[in-house]
Amino acid sequence: MADEKIAVYFCDCGTNIAGKVDVDEVVKWAAEQPNVTVAREYKYMCSDPGQDLIKTDIKELGVTRVVVAACSPTMHEPTFRKAAADGGLNPFLLQMANVREHCSWVTEDPVEATEKAKRILSAQIHRLPFNEALQPIEVPVNPDVMVVGAGIAGIEAALKLADAGKKVFVVERDPSIGGHMAMFDKTFPTLDCSACILTPKMSALGKHPNITLMAYSEVTEVSGYVGNFKVKVRKKARYVDTDKCTGCAACTEACVVQKVKSEFDVGLGYRPAIYIPFPQAVPLKATIDPAKCLTLSKGKCAKQSCVSACGPGAIDFGQQDEQVELDVGAIIMATGFELFDCEREARYGYGRLANVITSLEFERLSNASGPTGGHIVMKNGEAPKSVAILHCVGSRDENYQEFCSRVCCMYSLKFAHLIKEHLPETEVYELYIDMRAYGKGYEEFYKRLMDEGVHFIRGRAAEVSDVALAPEEEGRLVVKAEDTLLGIMRRLPVDMVILSAGLSPRRDAKEVAQTFGFGCSANGFYLERHPKLEPASTMTDGVFLAGACQYPKDIPDAVAQAGAAAAGALTFVNNPTVKVEPTISYIDPEKCSGCHICVGLCPHAAIQFNAEKEVAEVIEAACKGCGVCVAACGSNVPQQRGYLDKQIFAEIEGALAL
Amino acid sequence: MSTDFEPRIIGFLCRWCSYNGADLAGTSRMKYLPNMVPIRTNCSGRVDPTHVLKALADGADGVLIAGCHPGDCHYINGNYRTAGRYPLMEKLLEQLGLEHGRVRLEWISAAEGDKFAKTVTEFTEQIRALGPLDWGKQFEAEEAKTA
Repeated sequence: MADEKIAVYFCDCGTNIAGKVDVDEVVKWAAEQPNVTVAREYKYMCSDPGQDLIKTDIKELGVTRVVVAACSPTMHEPTFRKAAADGGLNPFLLQMANVREHCSWVTEDPVEATEKAKRILSAQIHRLPFNEALQPIEVPVNPDVMVVGAGIAGIEAALKLADAGKKVFVVERDPSIGGHMAMFDKTFPTLDCSACILTPKMSALGKHPNITLMAYSEVTEVSGYVGNFKVKVRKKARYVDTDKCTGCAACTEACVVQKVKSEFDVGLGYRPAIYIPFPQAVPLKATIDPAKCLTLSKGKCAKQSCVSACGPGAIDFGQQDEQVELDVGAIIMATGFELFDCEREARYGYGRLANVITSLEFERLSNASGPTGGHIVMKNGEAPKSVAILHCVGSRDENYQEFCSRVCCMYSLKFAHLIKEHLPETEVYELYIDMRAYGKGYEEFYKRLMDEGVHFIRGRAAEVSDVALAPEEEGRLVVKAEDTLLGIMRRLPVDMVILSAGLSPRRDAKEVAQTFGFGCSANGFYLERHPKLEPASTMTDGVFLAGACQYPKDIPDAVAQAGAAAAGALTFVNNPTVKVEPTISYIDPEKCSGCHICVGLCPHAAIQFNAEKEVAEVIEAACKGCGVCVAACGSNVPQQRGYLDKQIFAEIEGALAL
Repeated sequence: MSTDFEPRIIGFLCRWCSYNGADLAGTSRMKYLPNMVPIRTNCSGRVDPTHVLKALADGADGVLIAGCHPGDCHYINGNYRTAGRYPLMEKLLEQLGLEHGRVRLEWISAAEGDKFAKTVTEFTEQIRALGPLDWGKQFEAEEAKTA
């Protein structure tokens, strides 16, 4: 151990590190540290010449251990490990000292930063003699993929994978796939009919030979690891035998309970207790709402007319939820968003004032398949003579959501256009803070709307009330707002107010993320692995993100991310095996006293008690390398490769050596 | 206590949450005091009480352990083990004569760069207020008394 030859490489990272840390001084200091054979500075260690330095020194100087002081290991550890391996050194004999994210970028004073860089480096120099050569563990990969959520992002990802020849399980919570996009009327800025571009993809998914669709199902448990996930799915009882149901909808017409608020029409229309959410639903199968069905909720329905109406005899009141277990190699999360709950913003009167509606309600109202047949009308059935569209409801607001929801400006412009198209005489007011028209063709669409006679008022609405202060306000809604361009307060009497609600994370996003073993950002959306370079990956290898579950995004962005997530999943499942980190635990049977403490603590049930030998044993394939058993053992018998006690001790000594 | 006392602190950061939270503080260029040297472990549940004792015995004035928020553990429940172990360790340290506040456990997610930066600065100031930990001297004094 004493004759280890350590090479130290200190990266300037341009000025990112060298702009704060006195690199010359640190390198000079490092050269004098125990076991250090060579210490070098280089402008960009991650460049090819930088990596070549490592390879050359291993070959020519007989370097046996390497430390690269540079950025976070999360960033470039794989790069440098590969360089070491190319030079003929076991990659686990290389350590990184994070002197950028943890030092130069966060320290004000250059002298202090230089000292801290030395301490961070010293910890690794002390650790390295205790590092051992390790071999990555190769495990077989299950080539199948699961997609969770089947809105446009999930559909796109599933189709891409299925077309690439992979078997895909699509798990969707609702009775039909389609998500929010199926509810929309037109799409900005091209004004394509949303259903017209979505439904071909929905039916392609439903018919695809490589796709197993599990609609009306939820994931309840996920275990395993990349290449080998085990997933438990609960298929909720539809009380309809889907093998027999032809989707003819005769039962829905026959049902005696016809006035259940339709989820698909966001409560503006009605559906029966046995229903098909919308005509293009995939799968086109009826579902009984157990809370509304008289037979299921009250135990008796005099007619049971659905049963008599159903030719194939598909109704099955005795059906139970079903547990299904899936084995997959990768998972794509595409669980989408929810609309901001506008009742929280009480000053706009949603839920209290009849003609204050949400953006999603407007989508259904202007949609030909919606509850009014596409007629934009108020609650009394008359067309509004004036409409105000209030931007940023719940978005860009420190009281609710600080972030911009990205799509509201554009869909608000689309609404204005649709109102003008349906009702040319109606006045439309857009009350905005800033107009964010950032996408392809968006600014042009904004310009077009300005020529269509829409009134743009720059200012966030303060209040919507039904209290009239002037004759023209009688019986109408009054929007109070400051027009910040004119510098005056305005009262706008209108007939209808549309709240351009922001996009919120799903209510249960946090629990779902926990089930799958990754986290959420501060704003509640799923946390990506890297905000710039890996927006479609999670911290959990083999689990990917697509669509608005990661952050609000419009359809083209959701589709693009779905493609990225599908490609990410393919990079794993296209290989027969995957290499997993060998930093797992082992137990020396000679030292184990068989006390059982570690057995019960292992989160992955990776420690078994061998009753014959009376010792605990690690099941290598199940161990994920948390190290809980190591810390728990009173005799320090379990040890974690790559994080041995002596390695951590040496790091502590090094960090405190100066 | 001298006012120019610079505390030496060891921070055990779990790889999935807190280490990334520290990285985020870096990429966001948040400034915090430079007294803590981070040591990466896969899980806060890997932090053995002996690691903390070793750090304090080797000259650290304070130790921070940071892991994922409860429920967010990459290893299902490793951080619950940390949470269970921590009060016992505090008791042990108290019995060894350590002032309360030299060791701290925090949950810092990968998204909480600001919390990481604040925690390190606050903790550093807290240790600065407690003054240097001179454990060796304390033991010598104890031994002198008993001798």
